Amino acid sequence: MADETNGKNGNGKTGLIDRVKDDIQAMKVDIPTKAKEQIEGLKDPTKTQVYTSIFRHKHDDTPRNRALGVLSNVFLHLHPAKINRDAVRYSYTWGMGGITFLLFIILTYTGVLLMFYYHPTKVQAFRDVLYLEHDVPFGKILRNMHRWAAHLMVIAVWLHMFRVFLTGSYKKPREFNWNIGVLLLVFTLLLSFTGYLLPDDQLGFWAVTVGTNMARATPLLGHEGPFGAQLGMTPYNDVRFGLLGGSIVDANALLRSYIWHCIGIPIVASVLMIVHFWRVRKDGGISGPAPVMLAEEADKPRRGPKAAGE
Amino acid sequence: MDWRQLWEICSAPDNVPIVGLIPLLIFYMYLAWKQAHANDLLIEQLEGDAALAKTHHRKTWPFKPGWQKEVHVWPFLLRVEFLAAIIVTIVLMVWSITLNAPLEEPANPNLTMNPAKAPWYFLGLQEMLVYFDPWIAGVVMPTMIIIGLMVIPYVDTNPLGSGYYTWKQRKFSISTFMFGFVVLWVAMIIIGTFIRGPGWQWFWPGQTWDHNRLIYEVNRDLPDIFGITSNLGKSIFGAIIVGGYYLLGGFIVYSLFRRYMGKDFRRMSLLQFSLTQFLLLTMVALPLKMGLRLLWHIKYVWITPWFNV
Repeated sequence: MADETNGKNGNGKTGLIDRVKDDIQAMKVDIPTKAKEQIEGLKDPTKTQVYTSIFRHKHDDTPRNRALGVLSNVFLHLHPAKINRDAVRYSYTWGMGGITFLLFIILTYTGVLLMFYYHPTKVQAFRDVLYLEHDVPFGKILRNMHRWAAHLMVIAVWLHMFRVFLTGSYKKPREFNWNIGVLLLVFTLLLSFTGYLLPDDQLGFWAVTVGTNMARATPLLGHEGPFGAQLGMTPYNDVRFGLLGGSIVDANALLRSYIWHCIGIPIVASVLMIVHFWRVRKDGGISGPAPVMLAEEADKPRRGPKAAGE
Repeated sequence: MDWRQLWEICSAPDNVPIVGLIPLLIFYMYLAWKQAHANDLLIEQLEGDAALAKTHHRKTWPFKPGWQKEVHVWPFLLRVEFLAAIIVTIVLMVWSITLNAPLEEPANPNLTMNPAKAPWYFLGLQEMLVYFDPWIAGVVMPTMIIIGLMVIPYVDTNPLGSGYYTWKQRKFSISTFMFGFVVLWVAMIIIGTFIRGPGWQWFWPGQTWDHNRLIYEVNRDLPDIFGITSNLGKSIFGAIIVGGYYLLGGFIVYSLFRRYMGKDFRRMSLLQFSLTQFLLLTMVALPLKMGLRLLWHIKYVWITPWFNV
């Protein structure tokens, strides 16, 4: 700083060339020193600012770090840090809830990719599927994966419900979460059903025709249902009309099922899934494998002052 | 025996999930039964030995003193989850490479598919259409199934068997669920997939699908058998039969509960018990109506100008 001022005042008579020479001299020392420091720093990348900003704790194998690995990760923090040693047994949970969630993620992923190639219109829908099958790179496996993952998800949801029932996991305090689960089961079936129409082929068309024809017969709200006619229901204003956007399965039905399939139901199902997973934790983690209870203990409180005999 | 026909049905791409579901379900039923049996033996042992019951860790797996009760999620749970994710992804990949998703001709409202089948997971409901009018099979029954599932935790007052597999402590609830899920839901899907052919007629597995087959079935209504002809008479008669079913059935459920499940019955409130009664009887009504139709060709029990049951 001082040198600079002197130079400007003209007293020291330092010329421009001298100043440049001086800088070059300094640079010859500065840059190699910094380079050395840089290389030293790279030898341990876990100490760099970028790394420590992403990972907030060390990774050497200590109990604390094992816990932090789960707790400080947004995707893993659904888990507690520690669980009952028997709860990791596959034979108890069958892993079906997790598999269902995995399949939902796979379906979202393949579904978004499919959306790039698909127009929900009568003219283009079927041709888009043909295009996917024959021209789009990996289009066939993409569609296959989406369809089979959907079927697998239905099976996984049923088996999950089956397991939860057989282990009595819906019992206190998990009653509410069982109900969320029932809703998720219904939405899984509806997701699969709305997707059935989208290829706009005979299979989907007649499946949806058969399915929605039942809505005609809805009591009170369908034009062929009990008391429907008396309440003024016709094919043009009943609940089936609302579902299909028309009196037959046509362009509007295709668009409606597309929007329900890709936007409406996934959002609702995602919200319910958030609640479902949250409640699993809040209701005390997975239900077991719990210690067996004996019949004579059934009506005795297990905890609290009464259990102590007061 | 038409093997080609059988193969065509079993290998139709959308039927493959059901072909897969059957062994999966059998395997998991076996897995559940194995653990339930082991737990039941332990319960029996502990109930006979009060001293042991106080010290035992109450699980069938070994637990040694000094072992920690809890393990870290990382790595002990996450590695299982990771492995499961990889296996499912591989299975899905192999499946998607070897088997193509079905694609039929473009949709054509003028060309009816015969048989026109709903997606496989709804075939149970479609099968119900044979026995009930669409407003029951397609609307009321699905709603009742959903409501029935939702009330389960609130009407099951048995505190035993929470968090472990058991059969002896929950005989009623498990057999009811097995009946509803395996016998009614899955079996009706299997019937709808493998047995129903053109015209939704009954073709045994291996029987050729004859698109021209006609079956002359004279279905009668229950009031006709009793010689009731007037509309008013039919309405009243049906109401008495259906009402009588629920009243008499309700009484039988009550007397069975009182005798064989006294403890659970005492814990139940009136609302809990009547809900259980009603839903149970509605579920049992389905196979009863199927029996009436298949054995005695009876179509309707209750006929009114507005709806038929």
